[in-house]
Amino acid sequence: MSDLRLQSVSLYLGRTPLIENLTLHIEPTQVVTLMGESGVGKSTLLAFICGTLEPAFTARGRVTVDDTEITGLAPERRRVGILFQDDLLFPHLSVGDNLAFGLSPHSRGAERRARISAALEEAGLAGFEARDPATLSGGQRARVALMRTLLAEPRVLLLDEPFSRLDAITRARFRAFVFDHARNRGIPTLMVTHDPDDARATGDRVVELRTHPAAPD
Amino acid sequence: MARGTESAASLQVGSDARARRGPLGLFPALTLGLLLGPLAAGLLGTLLPAFGYLPALGGEALGLAPWRTLFATPGVGEGVRLSLTVGLGSTLLSLGLVAVFCAAWHGTRWFRWLSRLLSPLLAVPHVTVAFGLAFLLTPSGWLLRLLAPLTGFQRPPDWLIVHDSWGLSLMLGLVLKEAPFLFLMTLAALNQSNATALRQLAASLGYGRTSGWLKAVFPQLYPQLRLPVFAVLAYSCASVEMALVLGPTTPAPLSVQLLRWFNEPDLALRFMASAGAMLQLGVVALAMLIWCGLERLGRDLGRHWIRWGGRGLRDGWLRGLSLGALGGCFTLTLGSLLAMALWSVARLWRYPDVLPASFSLEQWLRHTDDILLPLWNTLSVGLAASIVALVLVLGCLEHEVRAGRRPTVRALWLLYLPLLIPQIAFLFGIQVLLVGVGLDGRWVALLWSHLLFVLPYVFLSLADPYRAFDERYARSARCLGASANGVFWRVRLPMLLRPVLVALAVGFAVSVAQYLPTLFAGGGRFPTLTTEAVALSAGSNRRIMGVYAVLQMGLPFIAFALAQGLPAMLFRHRRGLQVGR
Repeated sequence: MSDLRLQSVSLYLGRTPLIENLTLHIEPTQVVTLMGESGVGKSTLLAFICGTLEPAFTARGRVTVDDTEITGLAPERRRVGILFQDDLLFPHLSVGDNLAFGLSPHSRGAERRARISAALEEAGLAGFEARDPATLSGGQRARVALMRTLLAEPRVLLLDEPFSRLDAITRARFRAFVFDHARNRGIPTLMVTHDPDDARATGDRVVELRTHPAAPD
Repeated sequence: MARGTESAASLQVGSDARARRGPLGLFPALTLGLLLGPLAAGLLGTLLPAFGYLPALGGEALGLAPWRTLFATPGVGEGVRLSLTVGLGSTLLSLGLVAVFCAAWHGTRWFRWLSRLLSPLLAVPHVTVAFGLAFLLTPSGWLLRLLAPLTGFQRPPDWLIVHDSWGLSLMLGLVLKEAPFLFLMTLAALNQSNATALRQLAASLGYGRTSGWLKAVFPQLYPQLRLPVFAVLAYSCASVEMALVLGPTTPAPLSVQLLRWFNEPDLALRFMASAGAMLQLGVVALAMLIWCGLERLGRDLGRHWIRWGGRGLRDGWLRGLSLGALGGCFTLTLGSLLAMALWSVARLWRYPDVLPASFSLEQWLRHTDDILLPLWNTLSVGLAASIVALVLVLGCLEHEVRAGRRPTVRALWLLYLPLLIPQIAFLFGIQVLLVGVGLDGRWVALLWSHLLFVLPYVFLSLADPYRAFDERYARSARCLGASANGVFWRVRLPMLLRPVLVALAVGFAVSVAQYLPTLFAGGGRFPTLTTEAVALSAGSNRRIMGVYAVLQMGLPFIAFALAQGLPAMLFRHRRGLQVGR
């Protein structure tokens, strides 16, 4: 159980402000939706929280998880999990090795294998360890991607339109799957989406970002 | 705005700003230093003797004496003229051939088919193609043998085809090698453009295929081809090894005359040779100036042509011609390589027989001992140079990714510089430098001189795939707990294994082909397959030349086969990494 706080976060592209003074508190088990037009800086905000902001951008403000500031940390030390529009399973690794990539090195040997097969079972993909990710269906790949993220034991989960590439049925099912897992583990979740259905499915708060008058487009 | 409430320390710049200070930040400077340092020193080391200053050889005072001797030498003026005509002619032909072929056939099955033939053609060293062409074109060569039933020649006619005084066979040889290179560069540029949409748009406005492409696509493409075209021009003007095998002899092109003077036992000739090397540099610069003029002319004529609005619908003849010409070039190259391979295993091959009467491996067995040393030198320096180049290039590209910087066009020109300056203009200076620091004739010197030419090609080969890598994979891996270095080793490198190995193979092939650098920096102590083959070309034993030629094309071919095959084998169960994705 942890909580995520953004404290007066501002983002700039060069000198152009994208987001100004955003303050947000997400409690464990909450899934907050971030909506707004393209180019308003939603994905940039997620990159800022992850620590993978591109050098063209600058940012002010603090991000804290459980009252510890993470803004100065390298991305790999923040324990912020993210899911993108594409599943981004590593094409050179098997399904099992993709999951092992996420699993922290603290568990070893048999325990490691057991955790991976448990994760696969949870995703309804028991016995898929040796499979080539390219042979899986879109819904299966999406579930593996989520399990990979969860095995890294994130304290925060970010969702960058992870449902938009799935067909309607898979989409509703996977959405429920993600929210359930995040809530059961008590991970505060911030979701970026264009789809009002996604927002409604959370049953939670929606934050609308507006285009800054000075920003281009 | 929240300005003022936060301290300056809380200002977050893009994540990996610290990468700029890390050891990775040294790579660009180191790489450029390794390239440009020797280049500048080499040019200076040739410029000074050109004006009479080289204390080691007794030249203490600056003066114009070397230039006076140079211009008083018979054949120099003719050599300059040949350098210009051959250089400009073959570049114009290569570019024209490639442009018209792409215009006529882009997006068709023939286009894909010919583009698949490119890598083996590019991997073959220049000098090997020159040999093959000579084998094919000499009066006793394959071409006349094939035609013998028509011509009725019972013995080789007394014609001067190779070494013709206009340099036509030399131009043909250069086109055979440079047209595939420009084709490859055009392909790379095409992949980044919206050429297919533009072609269809032009067609919907009623333009014929060829003229539509030339009017709508080519003007956008050309700026990206400019640097490669200049590299082709510089090479063609000052090519030494091809000119030795195919070029006119009385008088020879300037570059060949220069090499002869640099190799004379009479050291006093080095001054005149240095002046000549500077003259060669000037000739290449002049050729580039003339090319710029041609570019303007082409642009103006092209604009008139576009404004005039002709649809060019009857382009069937042009399409046929261009396919025939480029296809013919490729066939000629492959045929000449095949001819040499045949010679290496021919026992008895009488004129005008089309095929040898009997075969044997005798040549291979008899010369094994002579071959081993050059083979070892070629392999070791080729592997070392391409691996060092790969490490440097990977360092530069990884630094670029982490620092989030994009290279400027100017940086690209710097990288191309060793390819734009004729080798002979700075290799003597480098030799002087190496003697000065006691490194001449050392293996390290040889490695370094090869690196000068291997590096740019490795960079050009790897930069596009590296920059096209989907950074979200890296970001995902970081968020899963991998460090920046971990991402490099565990995600980026395995996923880019194929282009990385191809870049390595490109570097290796470039090293195998080096002639002048091996000669100058190796001090004659490191015979390679290429230097031996050129030395043998003076004789006329076709069988042993065939053996060397097969090895010369075999090594790069194996390198490319490994570069393609290894990832395919390692990732045979990974459909997401297979070719054509």
